[in-house]
Amino acid sequence: MTLLNPRISRVLGVAALLSLIALAVFGLFVAPPDAVQSDAQRLMYLHVPSAWIAYLAFGVTALSSALYLWRRTRSPVWDRLAGASAELGVLFTAMTLIMGSLWGRPVWGVWWAWDARLVTTAVLFFLYVGYLALRRVPAPLETRAKRCAIAALVAFVDVPIVHFSVDWWQTLHQQATVFTPTLDAHIHGVMALTLWLGVLAFTLLYVYLLDKRYRLEALEEDLEAKELAKAIEERVQGAGITAPPEHVEVGVGQ
Amino acid sequence: MNLLREAALVAGKDLRIEVRSRVTVQQILPFGLVVLLLFAFALDPHSGTLSKAAPGVFWITVLFAALLAIGRSFSIEAENGARDGLRLSGLDSAALFLGKAGAVVIELAALEALLAAGVVLLFNVGLGGALPLALATVAATVGVAATGTLYGVLAAGLRVRETLLPVLLLPVVAPVLLGATRAWEAAISGASSDAWPWVALLGIFAVLFTGIGMLAFGPLLEES
Repeated sequence: MTLLNPRISRVLGVAALLSLIALAVFGLFVAPPDAVQSDAQRLMYLHVPSAWIAYLAFGVTALSSALYLWRRTRSPVWDRLAGASAELGVLFTAMTLIMGSLWGRPVWGVWWAWDARLVTTAVLFFLYVGYLALRRVPAPLETRAKRCAIAALVAFVDVPIVHFSVDWWQTLHQQATVFTPTLDAHIHGVMALTLWLGVLAFTLLYVYLLDKRYRLEALEEDLEAKELAKAIEERVQGAGITAPPEHVEVGVGQ
Repeated sequence: MNLLREAALVAGKDLRIEVRSRVTVQQILPFGLVVLLLFAFALDPHSGTLSKAAPGVFWITVLFAALLAIGRSFSIEAENGARDGLRLSGLDSAALFLGKAGAVVIELAALEALLAAGVVLLFNVGLGGALPLALATVAATVGVAATGTLYGVLAAGLRVRETLLPVLLLPVVAPVLLGATRAWEAAISGASSDAWPWVALLGIFAVLFTGIGMLAFGPLLEES
């Protein structure tokens, strides 16, 4: 029912919290302001790790979906994992886009640029929003699982094509790229450390949330099965009895 | 080839239904033309924006009409247990996919011919560079029809299929819109050499998703 031992999950949660606090301290106070961008650059410590988690999460969804589709490893575990991870992926993609936009405004002077990475991330977001919508469509568990697994793999195959085409579009247009890579050549030691701390903190957070979301998914399935069983039982017991329950009041108004 | 013969049977069935019911001719084709007309209102034809944006307008219109064509392609299977008929027909599921997608390709080709005439006449655009233009169109159409048929069967039978299909399909075909529009722009402006990489990209997309569709159609049809 659970992905991780509850004890490990708790330890993970505490570790995620502590590393996030450490990230806040390092990101806001310890790391020096950027020479060019000053304090705006501090957004990098959230933006880059959340982009990394988004890609990791979609990778996990694709892998789990493939494992579900492969007959020998087919198990509801993979379906739940794929769904849980995709949800987190969409969340972190949204965060990446929002923080990137907030960062872009002071640094590039615009909220949005038609850079290959930005456009790919936006398409990625919509690809998996569609996937989540599909997951919400009521269907028998196995039917839904198979359908969603195929959709997840199609989306995954599409991502490199999107990236490639957008990249190409930009190069053919010879547009001056506004994207100034912050991770170039000289990155201050403390900055690099803070960035890695961010990656660690977000990864811990991702695994912790993934476990929780997985458990929730399993509980939902369980509840649905139990409710169905109960409804069937009531129907069976109630067959032939036509008198309405006594406590039902007929009519409205007080 | 058995596969192609079976696919032709399925495509023939779909096209025969379209010829008899006239839904494509009376609803989907006029829809495309109306969208073209509305774009002329949105982008002032006197300012030159319209003729410059013509390739993009053309392909957006094709995509919207494709959503209708794909919805139609699976709504004809919804009645009278036709989907069970398909499942029980004993035809190879890859052939079923090719047939359904093939019929959509032919319907879209008819639409595109009409829309291209509309673009030339209404938007005052000359279609030069015929070869890359034609190849880009064929590849893009196959790509859209293949992904559309894949998602069409995925959404078939669901109560929310009309709203689900666009949100699933449009992001996936985003590269097709990009590639086809750039290829058309390059071909029209006479820089055919710029169009060829896009034609190749569209070709890869079409082949890839036709392959995925042939593999996935069977399991999806079973579940629908």
